[in-house]
Amino acid sequence: MILWRAIAAAILFAGIPALLAGEIPPDARRSGYSFMGPDTRAMQDDDTSNPGMLFVLDGETLWRKKTGSADKSCADCHGDARSSMKGVAARYPAFDKALARPVTLDQRINLCRTNHQQATPLPYESRDILTLSAFVAHQSRGIAITAGEDPRLAPFVEQGRKLYLQREGQLNLACTNCHDDNFDKRLAGSPITQAQPTGYPLYRLEWQTLGSLERRLRSCMTGVRAQAYEYGAPELVALELYLMSRARGMPMETPAIRP
Amino acid sequence: MARSTVCIVATLASLALASHTRADGLVPYTIVGDGIADSLTGMPGDAARGRALVLARTTTCILCHSGPFPETRFQGDLAPDLSGAGTRWSTSQLRLRLVDASHFNPDTIMPSYYRTDGLVRVGRNFTGKPILSATEIEDIVAFLATLRD
Ligand code: HEC
Ligand code: HEC
Repeated sequence: MILWRAIAAAILFAGIPALLAGEIPPDARRSGYSFMGPDTRAMQDDDTSNPGMLFVLDGETLWRKKTGSADKSCADCHGDARSSMKGVAARYPAFDKALARPVTLDQRINLCRTNHQQATPLPYESRDILTLSAFVAHQSRGIAITAGEDPRLAPFVEQGRKLYLQREGQLNLACTNCHDDNFDKRLAGSPITQAQPTGYPLYRLEWQTLGSLERRLRSCMTGVRAQAYEYGAPELVALELYLMSRARGMPMETPAIRP
Repeated sequence: MARSTVCIVATLASLALASHTRADGLVPYTIVGDGIADSLTGMPGDAARGRALVLARTTTCILCHSGPFPETRFQGDLAPDLSGAGTRWSTSQLRLRLVDASHFNPDTIMPSYYRTDGLVRVGRNFTGKPILSATEIEDIVAFLATLRD
């Protein structure tokens, strides 16, 4: 019996990369949702009260809109997003063969715009890119995150993990100091979560709008008085990729609500 | 240990230069034992100003700490309550803790408030500056010393 358990455990853990000290074991991972109060949870749970759903609806309109000199819509190539985009956001950032590096969902959307629609790329954090990526990511709601499985991504996941463990800024704090070692505690009265990227783009009450994961990461960096990486910077993409692979198996929530 | 040696060397060097200020803009200090005995400004701090500083969000203390501050709910619990800090620690130890908390615990999350070296990617507006000035450190030390059980 005990031997059987040991063998089962050995098989179970064989494929999982070793955890560093302080890292959260898979079954102890919790979405930011579980740290919220009942009112904010209720707001996320009910599509009619979730302000993120308005962005998703706008994204659907853009999905069908012909644009660029190719005069094509996303739907012209991808058809019904409900089937074609299901599970897609759950595996981003994904490896791009032509660029030989990972690209985020926002970057993928802009690659489609430039390469296939012959349209100008949408600026980071603009309403149009946020609504489009919210619409696409919404098709993965409830689906388990698979990002980081592609072996070509391994060095980039590792780069992201190093950045996550690196102390930085005038306050000299690393992501791991707050989000692995001190989640469930309070920073100036508000709860610190595990930094799980399950809900992006999401509606943050503090922002009063939808925002990307990169916006969130940049504000954590500014918070420790570090020089935040520019939107789309390889370091930010690597961090995003590490966070998504760290959350592998957790369900997507887009569009989530956070305080 | 290594850091304190460097500080003493820096202090000696700056004594040799007499009235010149140090290149990093920090006033020199000497670590003796587990503290800094002498005021960074040569003068005692102002405890009332120190209290206001500890409560100010931009000073960052109560992001992590709580303390005898009934007027605010926005306190942290990543670090010990500051009540009684003046009983537990001498002024000399409190001063070194603020200047460089890593002296007491190399893995501490508490920032070093009077240090500019060994930091990574410091934001443009903060490079080369300590988090607090020597005067602010002295005011906060004076206030912490009043927190007695
Ligand atoms: C001083 C503490 C601190 C540090 C250091 C820090 N964060 Fe955060 N982070 C917070 C707080 C507070 C929030 C808002 C509450 C929450 O969601 O945890 C937050 C939110 C987040 C979220 C949103 C989680 C959600 O549910 O939407 C992510 C992701 C995140 N941080 C990642 C990072 C990364 C990556 C780094 C390093 C570059 C970092 N954080 C550094 C305090 C910190
Ligand atoms: C990011 C978190 C953080 C911040 C910000 C912070 N501290 Fe601390 N502080 C700690 C931790 C954690 C300890 C516990 C000992 C250690 O790890 O060094 C501590 C210990 C102390 C102690 C000794 C407590 C005791 O009684 O044992 C004092 C005094 C103190 N801090 C004062 C301050 C003051 C004053 C400020 C602001 C100028 C400040 N701290 C900012 C995290 C922090």
